[in-house]
Amino acid sequence: MSAVMERRETPAAAPVKSRRRWLTRKTAPYVFISPFFILFAVFGLFPLLFTIYLSFHYWDPSTGLGGMKWVGFENFTFVLTDDWFHKSLYNTFWIALVSGVPQHLAAIPLAFFLHTRLSRWRNAVVGLYFLPFITSTVAISLVFTSLFSRDYGLINVLLTQMGQWEVAGLRPLGWVFPTENIDWNDPGYTKWVISFVVWWRYVGWNTVLYLSALQTIPKDLYEAASIDGASRRQQFWHITVPLLRPMMFLAITLSIIGNLQLFEEPFILTGGLGPGGTSIGGPDQAGKTAAMHMYATAYIESDFGTASAVAWLLFLIIAMMTWANNKAFKEKS
Amino acid sequence: MKIMHALLLSAAMSGSVAAQTVTLEVASFPDLDRGIKAAIPLYQEAHPDVEIKLVSLAFGDHHNAMTTSLATGSNLPDVMAVEVGFIGKFAASGGIEDLSKPPYNAMQYQDQFARFTLPQATGGEGNLAAIPVDIGPGALFYRQDLLQKAGVDESAFSNNWDAFIEAGKKVKEKTGAYMVAHAGDLKDIIIRSDLEDGEGIFFDKENNSLVTSPRFEKAFKVAKAARDAGIDAKVKAWTSEWTEGLRRGQIATQMMGSWVAGHLANWIAPESAGLWRSKQLPDNVYASWGGSFYAIPAKAQHKHEAWEFIRFLALNKSMQLEAFHKLDAFPALVTAQNDQFLQQPIEFLGGQKARVQWKEAADRIPAITVNKYDTIADEIVNAELDKVLLHDKDIKEALADAHKLIKRRVRY
Repeated sequence: MSAVMERRETPAAAPVKSRRRWLTRKTAPYVFISPFFILFAVFGLFPLLFTIYLSFHYWDPSTGLGGMKWVGFENFTFVLTDDWFHKSLYNTFWIALVSGVPQHLAAIPLAFFLHTRLSRWRNAVVGLYFLPFITSTVAISLVFTSLFSRDYGLINVLLTQMGQWEVAGLRPLGWVFPTENIDWNDPGYTKWVISFVVWWRYVGWNTVLYLSALQTIPKDLYEAASIDGASRRQQFWHITVPLLRPMMFLAITLSIIGNLQLFEEPFILTGGLGPGGTSIGGPDQAGKTAAMHMYATAYIESDFGTASAVAWLLFLIIAMMTWANNKAFKEKS
Repeated sequence: MKIMHALLLSAAMSGSVAAQTVTLEVASFPDLDRGIKAAIPLYQEAHPDVEIKLVSLAFGDHHNAMTTSLATGSNLPDVMAVEVGFIGKFAASGGIEDLSKPPYNAMQYQDQFARFTLPQATGGEGNLAAIPVDIGPGALFYRQDLLQKAGVDESAFSNNWDAFIEAGKKVKEKTGAYMVAHAGDLKDIIIRSDLEDGEGIFFDKENNSLVTSPRFEKAFKVAKAARDAGIDAKVKAWTSEWTEGLRRGQIATQMMGSWVAGHLANWIAPESAGLWRSKQLPDNVYASWGGSFYAIPAKAQHKHEAWEFIRFLALNKSMQLEAFHKLDAFPALVTAQNDQFLQQPIEFLGGQKARVQWKEAADRIPAITVNKYDTIADEIVNAELDKVLLHDKDIKEALADAHKLIKRRVRY
């Protein structure tokens, strides 16, 4: 390597020499890696630091940069004592739990099944499960919005047809299925519908995570276990589950972070902003998550300072939850 | 030598071009941008030295982009389209030229525009932020066939809100259709009723909220009565449920700006042509929905040319008529409103000469003032109305809470 460099250096012509002044062996790596850091500084670091600065100001952006007013911690005290923020936080945790826990409860057995029972078609089936994850959230949410439509949605058509199915003048399924259209927009259902869509979307992603972890578990462990007479069920509980722990930790951490930042799915399922521009989160704000609250504070109320404070409080909550998750996994092992 | 010559020549040419041509950047949104597109060739006939560059973004994106540009003071267009819902915010921003002052002196044109438009564009300090180009006088559109089927008297059902709700019950019972899309629509109209010139919907001049006034109490009561009577479809405007409901004749009336007739005819419910009729809003309310304005940012490059172009769009009768005839944009310019076009029957409304009616509404709409906190107040009132409609919250209590919330949020 150094021989090559020396050979290049000795017969140096003028242009090479002038280039060498700043592009030396020491500086070259930094120059080559700089595009990332420059872009990160402009689009990542600067906004991050700017929101800290903003969170201590009142700022309506249409007044220009000169319109900022220092308010100290007032934005934070305002948010912490704000009923709307509390409600959005409650909604966020509700959806995170109801969509998050079943995601893992379904993904682990599913991955185990795919790993043990399927061989030839495994990748194709995994691809199918993964499809929702790589499809645009907007497209998914729009499709589900029309499926869950009260008067014209396919789900209500199916449910009511089952409920109204008649045999000899009786409706044998009428006590299980509804006989009239269900209003899925009702605040009682909003969070369930959002949770279902989120669950459906990320179950494939978690399955892929768990499947990749399963593939790293040595086969001889299972062989040894089956020689010892362990059933499939015993193998699952005593070999698979313990060895999946590190992946569970990663997958659950990702779920916590993703679910607490949930925005697109609830935003579109509850009707987005609409040209009126003032309803967010559906009737009674039942589907308004903390991230949506932040968006509304910034773009409906034009209060970027308070929105920044919401963002940082949300960050602190996510950091705390991740820390608690870390602790829980460490202690048991 | 030859090269030198060519260089000099091209430099001279570009120099002379630069001295003459001004590129005017106009930022707008659909469908308003169609008016600009129609105006460009007409304007360039008289002003060959001005080139117009139109940048058009979707409605929400346009206003977000303009907010960002105002925030940073960069990338501002010379002429900025502003929808009425954003005027209060932009007028208070300080980043927009005050058109009431020289060299614009736009108040001299006050009498030429529909009387409620300039107050809509006036900020808290008396600054005129923008000039109106089109307006949306409110009307009650209804499905004549459904009302007839239900045996509802067309001439009387909108005399007052009780009659309206009673008619709604009959329509629901006989045809299965809902009378209105959302109970909140009734609230939105009633809070705009009985307003005098110079009053605001949500705030008085000292930024005190007015939401505990009898106006809001009545609005909440009527909305609640409509919900209890089961005559609202519980769908919000512009959702797919709403368009589907209108298309299938499941929603019997719609109160909105007169421009919604064009939306119904073009894409929402073209099959129902001839079945719709237009009427003045119930209970003698006159209100406007939407309306487009043009403003000049304080940091615009070519303010003089921008002002010339805005005057052409807003004050030139033939241009206003062009937009009226071709786009059905109801003109803000009074002389254009009095055009023969008013008398033309509208096919979609069964040959009704509805524009005459809309013109009458435009004359009666009170000149109410806007406040930059209107959107926040609207958001809070809607949230409290939800509680009344869904959880039977006491109306007085809900409005008192809304008042408290508004006071809390209007901080600076």
